[in-house]
Amino acid sequence: MKPWPFLRKGISLAEATALTRLAERLRNFPARPGTKIMEVCGTHTVAIRRSGLQHLLPAGVKLVSGPGCPVCVTPDSFIDEAVALARQGVVVTSFGDMLRVPGSRSSLEKERAAGADIRAVYSPLDALQIAADCGRETVFLAVGFETTAPAIAAAAMKALEKKIANFSLLTALRLVPPALQALTAADTRLSGFLLPGHVSAVIGRQAYDFLLERRLPGVISGFTAEDIISSLLLLLEMYNKDIYKVMNNYPRVVRDNGNEKSRQVLAEVFENVDAEWRGLGTIPASGLQLRPAFAGLDSRRRFAIPSETVRPRRGCRCGDVLRGLIDPPACPLFNKACRPDRPLGPCMVSSEGSCSAWVTYG
Amino acid sequence: MDKILLAHGGGGSKSAELTRNVFQRFLSDPLLLEMDDAARLDGQVFTTDSFVVKPLFFPGGDIGRLAVCGTVNDMAVMGAEPLYLSIAFIIEEGFPVSQLEKILASIAGAGRESGVRIVCADTKVVEKGKADGIFINTAGIGRPLFKKPVVPGRIRPGDAILINGPLGLHGVSVLTARGEFGLRGKIRSDVAPLWGLIRTCRDLDIPFMRDPTRGGLAQTLHELAHKKKFGLRVWEDKLPIPKKVAAVCDLLGFDPLHVANEGKVVMVVSRRDTDKALKILRRQPLGKEARRIGEITVENPGRVLMATRAGSERIVMPPAGEILPRIC
Amino acid sequence: MKVIEINNDMAVVEIAGLRREVGIMLLDKVKLNDWVIIHAGFAISKLTKKQARETLALFKEGDFFG
Repeated sequence: MKPWPFLRKGISLAEATALTRLAERLRNFPARPGTKIMEVCGTHTVAIRRSGLQHLLPAGVKLVSGPGCPVCVTPDSFIDEAVALARQGVVVTSFGDMLRVPGSRSSLEKERAAGADIRAVYSPLDALQIAADCGRETVFLAVGFETTAPAIAAAAMKALEKKIANFSLLTALRLVPPALQALTAADTRLSGFLLPGHVSAVIGRQAYDFLLERRLPGVISGFTAEDIISSLLLLLEMYNKDIYKVMNNYPRVVRDNGNEKSRQVLAEVFENVDAEWRGLGTIPASGLQLRPAFAGLDSRRRFAIPSETVRPRRGCRCGDVLRGLIDPPACPLFNKACRPDRPLGPCMVSSEGSCSAWVTYG
Repeated sequence: MDKILLAHGGGGSKSAELTRNVFQRFLSDPLLLEMDDAARLDGQVFTTDSFVVKPLFFPGGDIGRLAVCGTVNDMAVMGAEPLYLSIAFIIEEGFPVSQLEKILASIAGAGRESGVRIVCADTKVVEKGKADGIFINTAGIGRPLFKKPVVPGRIRPGDAILINGPLGLHGVSVLTARGEFGLRGKIRSDVAPLWGLIRTCRDLDIPFMRDPTRGGLAQTLHELAHKKKFGLRVWEDKLPIPKKVAAVCDLLGFDPLHVANEGKVVMVVSRRDTDKALKILRRQPLGKEARRIGEITVENPGRVLMATRAGSERIVMPPAGEILPRIC
Repeated sequence: MKVIEINNDMAVVEIAGLRREVGIMLLDKVKLNDWVIIHAGFAISKLTKKQARETLALFKEGDFFG
């Protein structure tokens, strides 16, 4: 693929980068009626609504959310496991978002108010440091996609290297391409995908080649308004012309073959496993579990975690939002019983959740 | 709700919920229910605030300076000259006297800077582990000096929304001073007494002022718009967000509009007096970068909208939970 | 963020005067003054700065795929 094939000769950079001109192009684009594009990644959903880009779509084009929010697709049972560990006196460390997600009966935020030692961290290395410092059993809630999984793998390797024995991982890592494959196995009436930026930095453009046989165009996009609008224009044009390609519109960060080194680190620590996704059911080989050499770091082996019967939340339609079947306002709980300050489902809690984005930005 | 959560102290929607559902069932004096920054008494305003910031010392200030400026500013934004402060300390056993002295020096300095007299005080000491260093409460009495009353009832569509300078500095200053998220760097808090700036506008027609502290600009605008017959519209490309604030927010996923300020005042100024207000503010050190960031609208009553860089629009909501605890 | 110091598999990165220590073992050949994307305490990708400035796609109506 030629680098920067998109810059038209003869325009100054300033002209080429004029956001308003891009916006105009999008507004006036002659789209096919019934065009439905899935923005896979929760960060894209937030970026789109934060700039109000949905209002710039031409007639006939709809954007739907996808399952690209790791906190959102993690089943309730995971929170229940974390709560059980917290109640056992284990120090629970986690990315901040997970703290407010409601489980079957409680949340980590509530457990913290009740006295459990639960700490938000920015990096699994911080969690490792906490373990080293406090000497007590410390668990890190390992949730994320391919963007985050290598970081967790690296932390796991460091734990063994530094012989930090009181550290373990409660894993719920998920992989994006298998989820997209499952989503597109049946006819979805989707016209194309806005593909994640940083997941793609790890897995590369080639990981989405299966979309070609499904005759679905995809564009890997960055997160600025300019990135997203230009990516949407590429998708609309491909759909109009029945061209099926996966394009990399984020070449400043994403290479065609992704990040080989990260994938190596990942493969050393984790292996693929079937995994349950909220809304999508169990998808083969869509999750990661620790390889035998690292099994000592598995919280599920180290601790007896009682399983809680998961009570499905009546009315919660997070699953349908994650499949792009409905927009958040179609959920009966949206912005009434379920709001960012008292969320019932993870899509309303997570900073990458669609429901949260719709309430926060409109 | 059976236990207080950290989120209840965030100044956002959960705090409001706590106030409505618990506090107001017991404390329902009509003056209190007005929920202004200060209570309006006969020819006076009266206000109180407590300070639990962590860390105690940060670039640009400390808990002492904050304790004076916070209460002084609550009165200043009512258009009142801050006259007297009370101050009460709760100190943890083992707290170093040298640190206490530093804090007291800051308090005295901020008092002189703001022209307020600190006329009564109290100190309590609690056992080690029960007060995290030191907590401070201040209460203040002031005298309304603005010619036209500063009351939201006088806001009209077409009025301008102004800010006196860059947003988000205090919140990110405290966050980086804590070394939280492993971020190191010096960002100066904007903590400052605002009466000197605000009084220069006392002859102008200014129906509303507030200092956007916890919950940031978004919280303040949301509270202003809530249940009113007018709407607010701000312009994304006019919002003054310094590079450091933008960098921290981008890195950590915060919205700069949700980050606390301690030296900023949002003003709604009548259309007629807007240019004059900007001129006057810009002559002052704390108003050098004053600018118009939005306007009051007839459309979308009760809501705050932002015109985005991309030429579209979105709503502005306050933060839901605790984005950063113990910021002031 | 910009790499300003390297210590084995960790590096100090900086933006707008703010610094953080991050892991660089997920990338090949990180050098001083490289710009990197940070996530969860690690550098996960290098940013090609030249392209970072020219980040836009603009193309003639309908003729890119012509």
